[in-house]
Formats: sequence, C-alpha cells, structure tokens
Amino acid sequence: MEKRIRVLVAKPGLDGHDRGAKVVARALRDAGFEVIYTGLRQTPEQIAEAALQEDVNVVAMSILSGAHSHLFPKVVNLLREKGMKDTLVIGGGVIPEDDIPALKEAGIAEVFTPGALTTDIVEFIKKNVK
Amino acid sequence: MSFPLRGHALYPAKGGAEMDIAQELLNGSRLALTRAITAIENEYDEATDIMKKIYPHTGNAFVLGITGPPGAGKSTLTDKLAREYRKQGKTVGIVAIDPTSPFSGGAILGDRIRMNGLTLDEGVFIRSMGTRGSLGGLSHKTADAVKAMDAFGKDIIFVETVGVGQSEVDIVKAADTTMVVLIPGMGDDIQAIKAGILEIGDVFTINKADHEGADRLVTELNMMLDLDGVMKDWRPPIQKVVANQGIGIQEVIAIIDKHHSYIKGNGQLAERRIKRTKDEMLDILNSRIGSYITEKIVDTGIIDDFVRDIKARKTDPYTVAAGIMHDILK
Repeated sequence: MEKRIRVLVAKPGLDGHDRGAKVVARALRDAGFEVIYTGLRQTPEQIAEAALQEDVNVVAMSILSGAHSHLFPKVVNLLREKGMKDTLVIGGGVIPEDDIPALKEAGIAEVFTPGALTTDIVEFIKKNVK
Repeated sequence: MSFPLRGHALYPAKGGAEMDIAQELLNGSRLALTRAITAIENEYDEATDIMKKIYPHTGNAFVLGITGPPGAGKSTLTDKLAREYRKQGKTVGIVAIDPTSPFSGGAILGDRIRMNGLTLDEGVFIRSMGTRGSLGGLSHKTADAVKAMDAFGKDIIFVETVGVGQSEVDIVKAADTTMVVLIPGMGDDIQAIKAGILEIGDVFTINKADHEGADRLVTELNMMLDLDGVMKDWRPPIQKVVANQGIGIQEVIAIIDKHHSYIKGNGQLAERRIKRTKDEMLDILNSRIGSYITEKIVDTGIIDDFVRDIKARKTDPYTVAAGIMHDILK
C-alpha cells in the first residue's frame, strides 16, 4: 500500500471561526490526503502532541484572531522538540503581509491568506512533503 | 529480507528516523510508537521486522471494541470511559477508525475532536486510521497498530470502528470484549432481529438515553436477546447512558469489568485469542501467497497467455488455477 500524506488541520487560539479550516480540510481530503481535524481552540501543546500521535507529514493551522506571530512559531518549536523534524508546518487566515517574513523565519513553510486557492495549498503540500 | 545497512546515516529507515524503532518503542519512546504505526500502516519494508521484535511483548493489554452506527456517540463514550480508566491508574491506547473515500482515497479523521481533553495526558495515546479500502469496519492494519500499543505497555486499548451499518463485524476478531452502542429512533423492532452487529455485542449501551424512545429500544433489545434459544451463561447487559453528560459511565465500566473477568475465568478469553492468532496467521499466509502469485504470474505476463487461451475456450479458469496451484506447491 502506498504512503498517504497525513495532515493535521488545527485551530490554535481563541477565535471560533472554522469555516476556512473546514473548507481546507475538505479540499485536502478530495486531494487524497488523510486529514485529522482536531476542532477549535487548541493550545500549541495539544497541536504538537496530536501531530506526534498521528505522525502527520503536515500541520496546517488557521487563525483569525491575530495571535499567529505568537502561536505558530510555538507549535514549530514544540514539534521539533518532540523529534518531529520533517513535519511541514503551514499557516492560513487573516495574517498581515508584514508578519509573514518573520513567520517564515520561524519555520512556517508557507502562509496562505484570504483569496488563496485550495489547489495551491494542495500543490504546495505535494511539492514540499518529505 | 534484511537491510544490514539500515540505520547507517546514509541509509535512514523509510520512516524518516534513524533509529531502532522497535527497541525504542519498547523503551517507551512515543516517537518510536508513532513511527512504528506509520510503518505498519504504510507497509514499509521495516514493518515486518518491527512486528517480529515487538511480538513477544504483546498479549498483555485488554482490548475493548466499540462499535455502532454513525453518530451514536462512540468517540464521546470512548473519551469518557478512557478518563475513568485513567482515574484507576490504567494507561490507555485508542485506535479510532474513520472511512476513507473510495473516490479520492482521502479521509477526514474526526474522532479526536471528542477526545481533545485526553491529548496532553501522557498515559493516553490516540491514533486515527482511515479504512483504506477495508469494508469490515476496521482497517487492514488495525490489529497490528493495536499490537504496537500493546507492546508499548498500554493496559487497555480501545478500538473504535467506523460508523457501522448491519454487517461490519470485523471488530469481534480484534477485541476481547465488544460493546455495541445504539441510539433511540433508528427503526422498529424488525431491525433488532436482523443479523449482524446486534449479534456481536458482549455489552450493549443505549446512548442519548435522554431522548424519546430509549426505553422502547431497551425493551426491543431485551426481546431480541430473549429469542436466543440456547441458555447462555452470559446474557449481554444493556446499559442506558448519556455519554456527553457522563451519565451511566460508571455502570458501563462495571459491566465491562464483569465481562472481562467472566471471559477470563471460563477460558473464553484464551479461546478468543487462540482463534485470533489462527486468523492472523492465515491472513499473513494468504497475503504472502497472493503477493507470490502476483509476482510470478501477473508481473511476468504469464497470466495474459492463460487469459488468451481461456478466452478462446481452449481451457477454462478452473483448470488453469489448479495448474498454477500445483506448480506453486511443488
């Protein structure tokens, strides 16, 4: 049986808007990925531990509250501490252009903002998963 | 097949980690456990070696199967029961299966949503699996994933099936005790006498028992169970619960414990496990023979010659199959 790309879709932080995360989850499913959806209001610790238990190739986080610069890098650090060295971390949501370079510096491989195509997300994952 | 160079920096294991997965799993590494399950599920070359090494350390965990229709509350109930076992100091593994799309091969694995409170408990390990084409309510590799958690040292392992209809009964082959979760409002009493999942319950729970129709469902189930002509010494108990409010959970735990001691005491547990070992042995053998035939007959193109002759009615598939079997078993 061939390897299947596994993606954890998570909503860190306190905003309760998960329409975007669900649209992405569905698009990833239709692309043939196994999507583990963990629901709303997850702490970085919960996300990193779930990613470990599920041995995902990708952690995809959506955030609309403005806490991305704090929460995204924290998840990256926790994942690396747990030995998940190759896990691709991507982010999405309402994220100002100005914040993106620092996020990439912190290990977020790509950031998808409003207007991004789900097909672009799928392509990015296929190209970058190790 | 052996890979003497695997583990060398130049030849990292396919799982992406340069480590002795089996040994580290036995040492208690959660990373090794998760990588082992991935290797098993994706049938990486090293999976067989991992299974061989951990096998002597399996057979200690109690495996509890949870099955029932979609939306019955299996994940919520699993979450609540797992919390109770944690309070007793037992470590818990959970394998939760959700359906894989037959069209895209993708899946949404959403059972964890009901178990988020368990994620940071170090005594709990939850793994979601897609069915990946398996039709019996589990995935092909569920049993081996359970073994990995067993060898890791989990005391109790929950296996939560996909939402089942009437005939997905593979769970009985994987579990020591099988619990069927039902909810009121799903049909009249004819549904209850049909064959299938209602025959496999060692324990029944009626979830959402605060909804209308719960008592009638209990009555109907009781009638069905009374129709079993043979007097059995284990009559599957029926327990009403409201899982999301934690109502009836203690009672379910007591019933599960009672069933566990019952099958342990009368030798049924040992019998079930012997049967399971036999099934596993045959599964492995069948799959080996299948791959061997694919390799020798299909990949080489020999089959196409046979097919041509069969199509021209010079021979028939039965004769050809018998001939192939004869050659293989020589």
